[in-house]
Amino acid sequence: MIRAGIIGLGKMGISHAAIVSPHPSVELVAVCDTSTIVLDAFKKFSKVNVYNDYIKMIDSENLDFVVVSTPTKLHYKMVRYALEKGIHTFCEKPFSLTTLEGEDLVKLADEKNLINQVGYHNHFIGTFRELKRLLKAGVLGDLVHFTGEAYGPVVIKEKGGTWRSDPVEGGGCLFDYSSHVINLIQQIIGLPVKASGSQLKRIYSKEVEDAVYSILTLETGLTGILSVNWSDETYRKMSTSLTILGKKGKIICDATEIKIYLKEADTKENLGKGWTIKYITDFEIPVNFYLRGEEYSAQIDNFVDCIIKKKQTEINSFREALYTDKVIELIIADSKS
Amino acid sequence: MDKVLFGDNQFFAVNHLSDEKSRAQAIQFKDDAAIIRVLDQAREIGINTFMCTTHDRIASVCDYMRANPEKYKDFKIFPCMPYAHKYANAITDLGILGAVKQYIPGNIFSTFTKGGVAFLRKDFIGLMELFIDAEMKMFKGVETPVIFIQNVLVDMILGLKMYEVFKEYDSYIRKKYNAEPGYITMNLPALLDTLNSIGIENPVICSSINKIGFRMSGGKDIYEKYLTERTFRPIAMQVLAAGALRPKEAIEYLGKFPKIESVLFGASSKSHIEETKKLIEQYM
Repeated sequence: MIRAGIIGLGKMGISHAAIVSPHPSVELVAVCDTSTIVLDAFKKFSKVNVYNDYIKMIDSENLDFVVVSTPTKLHYKMVRYALEKGIHTFCEKPFSLTTLEGEDLVKLADEKNLINQVGYHNHFIGTFRELKRLLKAGVLGDLVHFTGEAYGPVVIKEKGGTWRSDPVEGGGCLFDYSSHVINLIQQIIGLPVKASGSQLKRIYSKEVEDAVYSILTLETGLTGILSVNWSDETYRKMSTSLTILGKKGKIICDATEIKIYLKEADTKENLGKGWTIKYITDFEIPVNFYLRGEEYSAQIDNFVDCIIKKKQTEINSFREALYTDKVIELIIADSKS
Repeated sequence: MDKVLFGDNQFFAVNHLSDEKSRAQAIQFKDDAAIIRVLDQAREIGINTFMCTTHDRIASVCDYMRANPEKYKDFKIFPCMPYAHKYANAITDLGILGAVKQYIPGNIFSTFTKGGVAFLRKDFIGLMELFIDAEMKMFKGVETPVIFIQNVLVDMILGLKMYEVFKEYDSYIRKKYNAEPGYITMNLPALLDTLNSIGIENPVICSSINKIGFRMSGGKDIYEKYLTERTFRPIAMQVLAAGALRPKEAIEYLGKFPKIESVLFGASSKSHIEETKKLIEQYM
């Protein structure tokens, strides 16, 4: 059995623990957090060992992998310590607060030849995979424009308080919601190399941005719009979508459906002229255990599979996540210019 | 349990297939009166059980039911708790203790006489009971013969292997509410094995059951095996696989498993409700 530990038991950490633990090839042996109430609950009801210090956990548990799901500013030292000890590491997104830190971690993981993955879970949603495949197959012809969007109700009234409201800790909408969209754009459409007209808008938060608007130029020269707002309560939960316009048609894709419009039929892809709508039910990635969405289990399955097969992940490596951090830096720099 | 259970996803803009449809539903059911109108349509064609989450707006539906006792005298509600978004948002906003303070009625420090918060930290089961009572408050005077825990929580407890929580939940629901505890899950086989292992026999379990294996974790084959061979009281949900199946083929498939006691479905129009109900009666 592969021995696993979780560092950080917030919403994502608890969810990771609940997904890692039933995995048939994995034994969840330890968890770590600083909250006594959460640790007490694990002590009382589960059989895992609990720690309030990640160094102690890593030093005593002989782990094969850790999941790091702490606030972003803590990622660097925790991931670094795990890698130094030769432990495969799954890190929550966004990867690092500064690309200097991120580069150091990518280098270290490579040197030590350790499996590394970041939690950009949208790549484990079947519709986004299908979108990537269709673009690769060229169904839209030459691309003209794209829009990457995410909206949801995270901060819908004036408040301060948690780490999510602290810009020094990576708490704003840019690091949180936007990183997902940037990562999707970079992996599905192309690598952004320039940001212009960037605006980081505060709506209800005092210290951090609640919305991010930017024009991104990709290395192919294609330009498109990033539009993200986590203070939009017209959405029940986070809703992420990509719209891509090409000379041959258009595709609108989100986590539940993919809508394809073609000016002429594509016989190779069996897509007719006009609109074709396909649903997640056609592209769902099967999992053995489901919690909150198959993508959360599928990404852990992928990570564990890579550990077993001793091969690097093709999806969501540290290196890819580092690129997202670089685009975040481009947007921050542009918003200040 | 009735064969046909009417669900509430459509009232709260939950649509697993289309964000656009979910927005349309949010508009249609903006007012509580619209919810009650559709519930009444369901009732008029003989559906007498409403299975719903403990959403704030259900409290208004319950108020209306209490105010019209004659009209709803045979009507039952199967509550499903908790309404997870409410607590997730409160925890993000106020922290765990802040959320507890907000949702437990009365003063938490007087509720726990033995030293307030310090005691609360150790008495998780007592805390769970307080939360259940807080969630059940809106159903006072309404018949609730089966009380469910939502899948997010069931599957989290299952994944974390904190099985004792199921045991405590089960006995508290029976003792305090004289009701049957129910479990909603996306992991039917694993849950049934677990409940049996801690001595919970013949449980009411609501899970996705559909012809294409949508949201049936572990695969359709093992679900079918459990539906044929094991002892439990299954409720089928997501039977249309979020709309990927036509109602007739969907219900016909369920007919292969006589053990399925009930089918949970939601719809926004009388004709859809009627059509699905007829199919259930025909094939099951």
